[in-house]
Amino acid sequence: MIADIVDAFKAEGRIVIVGASLAGLRAAETLRDEGFNGRLTIIGDERHQPYDRPPLSKQVLKGWVPADHTELPQMRELDADWRLGVAAVGLDRVNMEVHLADGDKVPFGRMLIATGTRARQWFNPKEAALQGVFTLRTSDDAARLQAALNAGPGRVLIVGSGFIGSEMASVCRELGLAVTVAERADAPLVGALGGVIGEIAAQMQRDHGVDLRTGVSVEALEGDLEGGSSGHVRRARLSDGTMLDVDVVVASLGSIRNIEWLEGSGLATGFWGVACDAGCRAFDINGVVTDNIFVAGDVARAPHVLYDYEFLSLEHWDNAVLGAQVAAHNMVRLETDRVPHLPLPSFWSGQFGVNIKGVGVCSFGDEIVITQGSTKERRFAAAYGRDGRIVGAVTFNHGKWLEYYGAMIERSAPFPPPPPGYDRPADMTPIPARFPDPRVPTGTPDVVLTGHDPTQRGAEFRPREER
Amino acid sequence: MTPETAWANAMKFENRADPYPFFDELRRTPVAKVAEKTYVVTGYRELLALAHDPRISSDISRSPLTPDREAGGPQSIIMSDPPDHDRARRQVMRHFGPPHSPDVIPDMEPTVVRLCNGLLDKAKAYDKTRIDVVDDFAYPVPVAVICSILGVPVEDEPSFHDWIFDFLAGEDLGPDGATAEGQVRAEKGEVAGVALNQYLTDLIARFVREPGEGLLSKLLHDDGPDGPMSPGEAVANAGLLLVAGHDSTVNTITNCVMTLLRNPGSFDLLRRRPELIPGAIEEVQRLQSPVQFFPSRSATDDIEIAGTTIPAGSAVHLVYSAANRDPAVFAHPNRFNPKRSDNEHFGWGSGIHTCLGGPLARLEVNLALETFLRRVENPQLVVDPPPYRQSQIFRGPRHLLIDIDRIND
Repeated sequence: MIADIVDAFKAEGRIVIVGASLAGLRAAETLRDEGFNGRLTIIGDERHQPYDRPPLSKQVLKGWVPADHTELPQMRELDADWRLGVAAVGLDRVNMEVHLADGDKVPFGRMLIATGTRARQWFNPKEAALQGVFTLRTSDDAARLQAALNAGPGRVLIVGSGFIGSEMASVCRELGLAVTVAERADAPLVGALGGVIGEIAAQMQRDHGVDLRTGVSVEALEGDLEGGSSGHVRRARLSDGTMLDVDVVVASLGSIRNIEWLEGSGLATGFWGVACDAGCRAFDINGVVTDNIFVAGDVARAPHVLYDYEFLSLEHWDNAVLGAQVAAHNMVRLETDRVPHLPLPSFWSGQFGVNIKGVGVCSFGDEIVITQGSTKERRFAAAYGRDGRIVGAVTFNHGKWLEYYGAMIERSAPFPPPPPGYDRPADMTPIPARFPDPRVPTGTPDVVLTGHDPTQRGAEFRPREER
Repeated sequence: MTPETAWANAMKFENRADPYPFFDELRRTPVAKVAEKTYVVTGYRELLALAHDPRISSDISRSPLTPDREAGGPQSIIMSDPPDHDRARRQVMRHFGPPHSPDVIPDMEPTVVRLCNGLLDKAKAYDKTRIDVVDDFAYPVPVAVICSILGVPVEDEPSFHDWIFDFLAGEDLGPDGATAEGQVRAEKGEVAGVALNQYLTDLIARFVREPGEGLLSKLLHDDGPDGPMSPGEAVANAGLLLVAGHDSTVNTITNCVMTLLRNPGSFDLLRRRPELIPGAIEEVQRLQSPVQFFPSRSATDDIEIAGTTIPAGSAVHLVYSAANRDPAVFAHPNRFNPKRSDNEHFGWGSGIHTCLGGPLARLEVNLALETFLRRVENPQLVVDPPPYRQSQIFRGPRHLLIDIDRIND
């Protein structure tokens, strides 16, 4: 009986989790909660115990919390074999082994891919190696950047103004640092929230003294040694010809999914991550679902019923937690006990004294309507619509209302929603939301719709050179 | 039983100790019409939705139940809508919690512990073996704390205690309100309400002239982004904060002791494992919500929900205490389970009007209960159910007599 096989697996099987961050940790806890008593190995390329990333761009950079103090609480004893500081470099599906950078091979009966993403590095490796040039993804990144900000640089240049870039700009202003933000699009946050909200975000930055430059890219960085090619970064050249004197440069160019180690494994991997079904089971390269390999967190992309069954990559905190829990549950269950991971996406950001919270997939919409409050006072709610239904919502200092919008999104309620009984915005006419063409690589949004077919939209800017 | 009858029964004083069977009856229609222009919400999911629906107004002047005397003039936070609500709540929070005043609540801890111990010391000094949890323990603590935070002279307590008591007893939304006795209570309540309002008006006027310690004075002299609060609005909010700080916390402390003693083994369990106290308090709050509902809400538009259309202009009562026992969300909803997980109850409200004083109340109740658990030996309920106070909204025992072996040091 299959039930006996599952019971035997729960008693003495082997599970390997690749990725020791939020998704990996929560998956491990869920496996134990679900009664998995077999051998559990957790592999992570960073040397740290699992830690929380959202504070890195906020409390840590501000200097409120040391970078190594964001360790995630562990909800229970895990009795796991932790392999930290050693990356997985290959997956052998035939022999069911994960290959490690130190040459070790770890066998598994079932495995979970939770390798997440990494920061996209500055495109020019020589310039990227200049002192004072940073990215922000890991706790070590945050420690280095915090030290650099704490040293009181003359001017900080942030390249890219997605959520992380904007949060860093906000912190710089709070620390009293001069900061320039260079954004290729017309405004900050346009990838995730569109141009209408982007304009508000731009005004917020300027009101707080950020030197925001839109429609420009940064073409080159110069150091203070060997004719500018080495030493400490001191100047940046923008695409409009401007030269800026800078002491710190942060490349905030979005993230790259960690899938290179799966090359040759025959799984459906690509720019947008590892494709899986709504039960977190990985697809192979032909689109056939696998039995023993599961995916969770930032690196997963799965079809979502609310969004025309398009594959969604969700780089959100709760997607990592909930996806990991579902994946772990399904790893040790019979087919009929499996559950789907169909999250209502939600996200938050804190910047310039404003608490931004959202729900749904805003970038799936093409129209937006301000539904409550006042954009001028930066306390409002806005809903996104497509084809006459509501698909997402964002709030600025209005997060208590998200429940209302979330419930409407869950049932694909009509767009625009009915007017509120009070605190109505001056203008409640839906207007185009102004999302950039998804093929234009501006600040990569946290939520990406990657199309039914991996080649449909994603393949066009698959960065071959980085593989 | 029709919804009308179930609601009338739930509101009757004789059922105050246990209105829950009538709420269960009502929940067959989670959103039910119970009277002309009056709808009550007893289902969890329906309540959650309506507590976050911007077509539900809390502005008392829009409610069809509003007697003329309450319309017009500045309103307190709980009876107003955004943007006024948001602005007033920000103005109050600046002097009450983080980020601007992170220390106000934590700084109360030593005072609360001292008060709790002092009350038990007093009972011990008289060798008492029978105490009233309400009068001898629960009541004095929150009152002293809220007076200190607001800057209200604690020596005025005897007078405003009586006013608040009579005022709340006069607000009867059930069939008892129409009786001759109910009329007498209503008249007395109105007189008390006027007296309380006059007292607070004078207090605020004094703070306008002479800035003093405490939140009320700070409200009037604030130079924050929202500016100072107008004296009229400060009076309305002073009333809200004084009553809420006075009443609900007292009921919660009492409800905690009562619930532990009703459920054999739980007193000892929490004594052994004090880390379970915060969760146990939430579970009591679910079972015995001290604010059962707040009757200022109304629909600004026709709202379709759970097969019912609430017509625009109807009063809408979100009955927290009923939704908190919805079996669709809480397994064995009538059972006290101090280890209940995912206990997302409505005991502190839901949405933008969620209890502003919750963090202070939690601190007070935790410390009071910890002290009580540690020092009171073998407590037993004398009368169960205990006598209740009149109000359906602010529901709680008038007295809670317990017999004890002794009070430890």
